[in-house]
Parts: sequence; structure tokens; C-alpha cells
Amino acid sequence: MARFILPFVIFMIVSVFLFVGLGLNPHEVPSPLVGKPAPAFSLPQLHEPDKQFSLQDMKGKVWLLNVWASWCTACEHEHPLFMELSRQNLVPLYGMDYKDKPEDGMAWLQKHGNPYTLVVSDAEGRVGIDYGVYGVPETYLIDKQGVIQYKHIGVVTELDLRENILPLVKELQAK
Amino acid sequence: MRYLLIPLLCLLPFFAHAGEATDMAADPVLEKRMIGLAEKLRCLVCQNESLASSHSGLAEDLRREVREQMQKGLSDQEIIDYLVSRYGDFVLFDPPVKKATLVLWYGPFALLLMGIGVLVHQLRKRKNLIVETELSAEDAQRAAELLNETADQSNQPKDSQA
Repeated sequence: MARFILPFVIFMIVSVFLFVGLGLNPHEVPSPLVGKPAPAFSLPQLHEPDKQFSLQDMKGKVWLLNVWASWCTACEHEHPLFMELSRQNLVPLYGMDYKDKPEDGMAWLQKHGNPYTLVVSDAEGRVGIDYGVYGVPETYLIDKQGVIQYKHIGVVTELDLRENILPLVKELQAK
Repeated sequence: MRYLLIPLLCLLPFFAHAGEATDMAADPVLEKRMIGLAEKLRCLVCQNESLASSHSGLAEDLRREVREQMQKGLSDQEIIDYLVSRYGDFVLFDPPVKKATLVLWYGPFALLLMGIGVLVHQLRKRKNLIVETELSAEDAQRAAELLNETADQSNQPKDSQA
């Protein structure tokens, strides 16, 4: 009997490692930007390209920056949730139209509705690189001091919003 | 028509050039340096491809970024530091040795040492189990007889079974 104990223990350890390891999503790369100041940028607004929007404009506010594009099919999945969020008025949501033609981005918002307080256009994806964007949609939570407190890669689900993002928003707004 | 098709098909591989994905090569020296650096970097979209060989839109943008930073006079290390600060160590195909990667770098050696340890332990244990005993003269005699007996039997023709 005793001779089976050691192989069994090893088997269990390997099982646990495989169970956890195979459940991880290799596309979720931890961002080194969390806890660091958001990279400064200044981009033209999508609807009024003559006007610029920059990071400084948001000093003193807790806000969400959602990177999306009209060509991004996954963005359509999280879109209804953002529409709901904008109705609730809990946290300002800003959009960044990433690597997209402004007219396509505007047409997309016309069709699906615009949940964003304001949308900037990063047509060439340069600011996206600064923010470490590699798969749209991505969502950043930025605090009053302009520090990135949370980054969500991929579609934001209702659960993510309720369990992770909104509690953190509340905590940061109270500070 | 069919006879023409076959030699044409044979020519096909010459057109299927699978080189690095190049966007523009205005300055060949810079381009070569950029490709050299991009080969060490991972494309984050198609994760097992290097930045140099990927055709994804992000890879193109990152190559442009690298190219522009090189034109600005930044060193390779500065560019790598920039990309790591944005995308994390994951962009490097060769992850640096630090606290979080110690297991990755030295884990296999630790396992190897453990394996050797277990092997040596087992071999020693087995060695102790084998007790060498001297054969007495009587036993040696019997062994020799038995050996001779089987040798005789094998020399016999096989027709005994028939």
C-alpha cells in the first residue's frame, strides 16, 4: 500500500498544475502598466477632429478608457453593457477608436448607439502602442492622479463589471 | 493544355517566396537592424511568431514604431526597454532572469538534480539488497554438472518429440 502513496501524491500535484495551467488564457498577458501613470497622449476627437483631447483633461476624475474599433466584432458583444453603464452614469466612459477610419467609427456608433462621453480617434494606432494595446477591445481604469489601476483585456462581461471594475471605481472615487 | 499546366505548376514554388514580412525598406541598413531586433520580439497577436515574420496589423505598427525609434537614434536596448514597459516581458522571446522567472530558468535543472538524487538513492538501496555469497565447492560441482547436462541435451537431435 505504502508504495502507491508517493506516485499518487505526484499524480495529484501534476493534476493540479495541469488543471490550473490549462485553464489559463495565454492571450491574457499581464500588463506592466497597471499601477503606473497612464502614458500621455493628445488625439483628435472622433466627432470633431479639429478639437484635441488629452490625458490632462481628465485630471481629478476616475474614468474608463475603452479601446474599440468598428472592425472589431468582439466589441459588439460588450457594447450593450456599456450602453447600460452610460445610462447608470456611475463612471465616465471614454472611447478610443483604434486603427479605424473615423467615418467607419462614426457609422458604427450611429448604428449601435454611442455609450461614450467622448471618443478620440487613434487612426494609426500609435497611442495604442503606448498603452500596450494588442487585442481590441481593451479597457483601462484610470484614477484621479492619472494612474492606470486596472486593465481588462477582451470583452468586458457583466460579471467583470460588477465584481471587479465597479467596486474599484467606487473605491477610487472615494479617495 | 494539360501538358502546359504541369510545367507551370512546377514553377509555382518559385513564386511562393516566404520571406520576412516587409513593409518598406527605404534604408536597407536600418531595415536590417530593425528586422534583427524584431526577430527577438514576440508578436502579441499571433503569439508564437516573431515580430519580424508576422503579418498582423499590430506587428506592422510595432515594426514601424521600432523603425521610427531607430531613426530617432535610440539604441536597441532602449527600444526593447520601451516595448517591455508597454507589453511586459512577454514580448521578449528570451525572458530575463528575475524573481518571477527563476522557476522557469532553473526549475528544469532542479528537477534533473532531484532525478539524479532519486536514481543514486535507488541504486544504493539495490546494491545493499544483493548479498554476495561464495559458492561452496559442492555447489560449484553441482552447477557444473547441471550446465553440462543442458549442453548435452541441446546437442541431441530433435526427433525425440516426433
